[in-house]
Amino acid sequence: MVEGKNMGKEIEIHPVTRIEGHAKVTIHLNKDDSVKEARFHVLDFRGFEKFSEGRPFYEMPGITSRSCGICPVSHLLASAKACDAIVGVKPPKAAVLLRRLMHMGQLIQSHALSFFHLSAPDLLLGMDAPPETRNIFGLIEKKPDLAIQGVKLRKFGQEIIEKVAGKRIHSYDWIIPGGAKWPLSKENADYLRSNLPEALDIALKTLKMFKSSLQGFDDEVENFGNFPTYYLGLVTPKGGLEHYDGKIRIVDAEGKIVADQLDPEAYQEYIGEAVEPWSYMKFPYYKPLGYPEGIYRVGPLARLNIASHCGTPLADEELKEFKKLGKKGVVQSTFHYHYARLIELLFCLETAKELLEDPAILSERVSSKASVNNEQGVGVAEAPRGTLIHHYKVDAQGRILWANMIIATEHNNLAFNKAVTQVAKKYVKAKQLQEGMLNRVEAVIRAFDPCLSCATHAVGQMPLQVQLIDAEGRLVDQKVR
Amino acid sequence: MSALTVKLKIDNIEVEVPEGTTILKAARDNGIEIPTLCSLEGLTNYGGCRLCLVEVKGAPKLFPACTTPVSAGMEVITNSEQLREYRKMTIQLLLSERTHVCSVCVANDHCELQSLANKLGVDHSIFERNWTRKEIDSSHDFLVIDRNRCILCTRCIRVCDEIEGVHTLDLKQRGRKAEVIMDLDEDWVNSCSCTSCRKCAKVCPVGAIYIEGEPITRTKNKDVAEFILTRRQRK
Ligand code: FES
Repeated sequence: MVEGKNMGKEIEIHPVTRIEGHAKVTIHLNKDDSVKEARFHVLDFRGFEKFSEGRPFYEMPGITSRSCGICPVSHLLASAKACDAIVGVKPPKAAVLLRRLMHMGQLIQSHALSFFHLSAPDLLLGMDAPPETRNIFGLIEKKPDLAIQGVKLRKFGQEIIEKVAGKRIHSYDWIIPGGAKWPLSKENADYLRSNLPEALDIALKTLKMFKSSLQGFDDEVENFGNFPTYYLGLVTPKGGLEHYDGKIRIVDAEGKIVADQLDPEAYQEYIGEAVEPWSYMKFPYYKPLGYPEGIYRVGPLARLNIASHCGTPLADEELKEFKKLGKKGVVQSTFHYHYARLIELLFCLETAKELLEDPAILSERVSSKASVNNEQGVGVAEAPRGTLIHHYKVDAQGRILWANMIIATEHNNLAFNKAVTQVAKKYVKAKQLQEGMLNRVEAVIRAFDPCLSCATHAVGQMPLQVQLIDAEGRLVDQKVR
Repeated sequence: MSALTVKLKIDNIEVEVPEGTTILKAARDNGIEIPTLCSLEGLTNYGGCRLCLVEVKGAPKLFPACTTPVSAGMEVITNSEQLREYRKMTIQLLLSERTHVCSVCVANDHCELQSLANKLGVDHSIFERNWTRKEIDSSHDFLVIDRNRCILCTRCIRVCDEIEGVHTLDLKQRGRKAEVIMDLDEDWVNSCSCTSCRKCAKVCPVGAIYIEGEPITRTKNKDVAEFILTRRQRK
């Protein structure tokens, strides 16, 4: 009751933050008006960890997947894996295959969304195109075929999720600790198999088109978060691309493996989480290097940088070509997240095909039964945006005592700030904010494909607010998008 | 069945029912729907939820249809503007207490409170939320009680007492603080009277008592009432 009253008041006192404060970039100037640094602030807070306390652990997949409407399946999987660890059983083979397949669906739909709906307007209509037409509708007008293909590809990803788990978005009741609730039907498997070739074709064509348009973006490649960092993600035991199981590998900017086959369960030993007063998003860093030197990136670019191979024929070809872009196989520019995403798209479709060809996927045995056996569990998966960690501690009855989540977007937080700073340094000239500069700040943020709603565990639309602040701390200009 | 019958009007329809019938039963037997939550056929009604309130012509107050017996010449109105408002308010009061977050509830899409709210057009609550955290008891092998979702309809208590005949469940405290407890407020696993018969989970209209890992559609299958009734009449 007390909580309720306070909450009501807060909304009245601070209506402004609710409307426009969700994501804000401040650009701080030096005395001579050159850019000192830029900060990416996240001002809302949702606190999933807090309100899951006291809930039965098996509700966690359902609860945490609600933190995101775009990658709920990744949360489901990370959460279900943490629950598997709590009950201490191995899900049957078919359940693992199905969970993997579902995750491929998730990655396909999210990558397609990111590329076609969110980024393609920038990439194909040009960064300086007016904002009114630089969106999916503008794209539909200028390049209708491409837009339609994007919609089709995304739909196919959603269909995988739906055929496996029953619903397109929040299909939380299919996944249970120890496996899944029901097997895959033969019709559903056949349906997916027959629709795969078209999706694969779209992915290949898109990749080709993207590569041919790359020359036009030399400037962006050079200045969009192009700096050395570490890269972190899951790899298979042989060091290949992995999204569901596997162990953590960390690679430096020169491609040297600094740590390999780290146990995800021990993430706290090598990942620290710093907090800054100006943002609700935490700042994870690689512990041995300290904060903020331990800056690393996760997500599609990081995954391709750490993996030695993909493991599927078409994607492997593309990976070889991709790696040539960088020094010793490590590609630095954040701009290339787009490229990496398209290669992953191809990989996911090929993997989905392989999974569907495995006869074991139709087995009826999809769950292993057990109840609480361990007092904690960690689950890790590679979400579309990067490594996702769920960690729960439970009491003897399986009620959550403590929960911690590290979301993909959070891992990139340090890199985010660095990238925004780099863009600001290049494009902020006077004590004034220009439209083209705003577009680029927006675009670099978009290259990371951040999902702020789950990263801050915060609700809401993301209107962008950019403020220019001089050496004395005075606000000299601001723009709201 | 008693031979004596009573004639009355429900929503202007002339009906004839055996003496002693409740208004609710009289209405339902004649195809007139009255919303209910705490009432379940086969269990003793206790008139707790007040959703079934009806107007009786000439009487200054409202009557719960589930516990009020018919009388000759009675003119009952089951659906007026005022009643609809009252029912909506009752649902809002239920929703304002405890945590009813459908999206992550086991009973989502199979919840009587949820479907009544939908049916009655409750899309928000005018009451301030009055939430305090209640403890979940999942100590039992497969039965779980989440008191945060309980609407205190006492169906579980009545089925445990009247049908299973063990009376493991009961209420402690009053009003907003009231809670369903096992034996003398033990953890479920320590209850020595519970027979683990699952009837409480079967009759729970919401997601407060459920069977861990079992699909809700299996737990709350439609023939619960019928099953209870036949057991009761020793058929
Ligand atoms: S059904 Fe009559 S009071 Fe609840």
